[in-house]
Amino acid sequence: MSPSAINTEKLEGWNRPPLIEPDGEGELLEVAMGPHHPSTHGVFRMDLALDGERVIRLKPVFGYLHRNHEKLGEGQSYLASMPFTDRLDYICSLTNNWAYALAVEKLVGQAVPERAEYLRVILAELTRAQNHASSIGFLLQEMGASGTPLMYAFREREKILDLFESLTGSRMMCNYMRFGGCRVDASDSWLAATRKVVAALPAFVDEFERFLSGSEIVMARCQGVGILRPELAVNAGVTGPMLRASGVNYDIRKVDHYGIYDRFKFRVPLGDHGDVYDRYMVRILEIRESIGILEQALKGIPRGPVMDAKAKIRGFRPKPGEAYGRIEAPKGELGFYLISDGGPNPYRYRVRPPSLINLTILEDMCLGSNVADVVLIFGSVDIVLGEVDR
Amino acid sequence: MKTVEEIKAAIDAAVPGAATTIVPNPSPSGQHSLLLDREHAVAVAKFLRDDAELALDFLSNLTGIDFLDKEIAEKVKVTRQVTKTVDGIEQTVEDTIEETRKRVQPGYLETVYHLFSVAKKHGPVVLRMRTVNRSDQVEMPSLTPIWRSAEFQEREVFDLYGIVFKGHPDLRRLLMWDEFKDHPMRRDYVEPDDFEYEPTPHDDVLAKAAAHRAAMDAREGTGQ
Repeated sequence: MSPSAINTEKLEGWNRPPLIEPDGEGELLEVAMGPHHPSTHGVFRMDLALDGERVIRLKPVFGYLHRNHEKLGEGQSYLASMPFTDRLDYICSLTNNWAYALAVEKLVGQAVPERAEYLRVILAELTRAQNHASSIGFLLQEMGASGTPLMYAFREREKILDLFESLTGSRMMCNYMRFGGCRVDASDSWLAATRKVVAALPAFVDEFERFLSGSEIVMARCQGVGILRPELAVNAGVTGPMLRASGVNYDIRKVDHYGIYDRFKFRVPLGDHGDVYDRYMVRILEIRESIGILEQALKGIPRGPVMDAKAKIRGFRPKPGEAYGRIEAPKGELGFYLISDGGPNPYRYRVRPPSLINLTILEDMCLGSNVADVVLIFGSVDIVLGEVDR
Repeated sequence: MKTVEEIKAAIDAAVPGAATTIVPNPSPSGQHSLLLDREHAVAVAKFLRDDAELALDFLSNLTGIDFLDKEIAEKVKVTRQVTKTVDGIEQTVEDTIEETRKRVQPGYLETVYHLFSVAKKHGPVVLRMRTVNRSDQVEMPSLTPIWRSAEFQEREVFDLYGIVFKGHPDLRRLLMWDEFKDHPMRRDYVEPDDFEYEPTPHDDVLAKAAAHRAAMDAREGTGQ
């Protein structure tokens, strides 16, 4: 579907999802699914109204992990918020770091050295590969493919996390990027180890696909389930693989060209139907594109400093103003909105969480489907509660 | 991509009566914003979304900001009648002196909208809206009928800032629990003292908890 064909006139009626009336004789059953349901990826609750197996209403309930991250950000200096961004989407801490660093760099007009830009791309694409691998693993786990696919995905994820650990000192809470570069330089041996891991990734994706993509059970469970129309996806602010699975060509790496993404050749995988299977497939294809970017970046990385010499670290007080910076995080558009009043702390520190906003249309996708499919549809959104509740 | 001045001109032409002002942003990011009036905001938003050239079909970010009442000290020249003794005779003369007066600029709550276009791949266009004050007139039109992505974000702003969005289909708290009374993201928010938040409470934490317990006991004693 071309984006220009989006018909906005019809959208007025979509303010509320179309309500389905129960057709049976029996009573409606109200089920609180979660907050400790194993398929909710953390503490998240869906209040369902069921007519037999059919979902008539679905209301998501948030806030079990809420710690007012934004208020914390207002109470401390700009740099002190950097380690806190690791805890938003704790699967992808490095892309969170990048989004925050990018917003602050926009706020003060800070340049980033070449080598640091390459390192950021390498780390972001590794993050994307391991996020997509584990999210597919979780999806299959919820489908009933108990254990094995998830462990295959986690085996690969662990290799990437080992790389993160040897570079940044931590597997998941990396706290690696700074305003104007990166914290430490990568050694040649680290780059060699990364090349080795990247070279082994295609075999993992092939293996995964050989077992699962053509599997009759996977296709029967996923195809035609949880369809999201492109018009609604755009209007509801859905971003990331979810949006592209609905066939909308919108990748912030291609649109904004932030960092140095205009130097790499890669394609944007798009889905046709916008169902769970397309979301699975788009993620698989995005891992393959990420491998391509990684190969180009690892070939082209120059020598040089990783921090801008003019970057101000102590006594960092941006001039009054505001900036919104966003990147294509593995889950969608991750943005940071900062307002400075000239002080050492931001006056306003806002995180635009892709996980929360992608859940806006959860009810629309689930209405009329079975409870068993709700688990799948929810799994295909790919959320992390640390980011939803902040 | 049009500049903010061009967008303002387009809005003025398309929505008669809309009072739009440009809020400049001195930061190097250069993201200037447009301040909308509350009455015409929905019409302006609809125009921005449906206009063929702008096509801002994607509301990415919606958030609130709190601006407290500000006390401004300014120097004013005041003329007043002063009784003076001139040449041994008491006279009333006019005298001009400089005086520092304090004026309270009322605070307000603000919402910010970051719009992008998926169809045209441009943006951001930044919109703003302000409430009248921070206490009793905190209403604002909801943009959920125009952009569905505002649904949860407006609920979040309502929850954390207390801005009431008129026309929102389901305006409930999003992150705090329903019984919660205050709005934690407001800058004058005071955290409740009814929990001991340290594993080994000491000094002022203990004093706070003791004061709270005393207040609780007093309330129970009066049967309230």
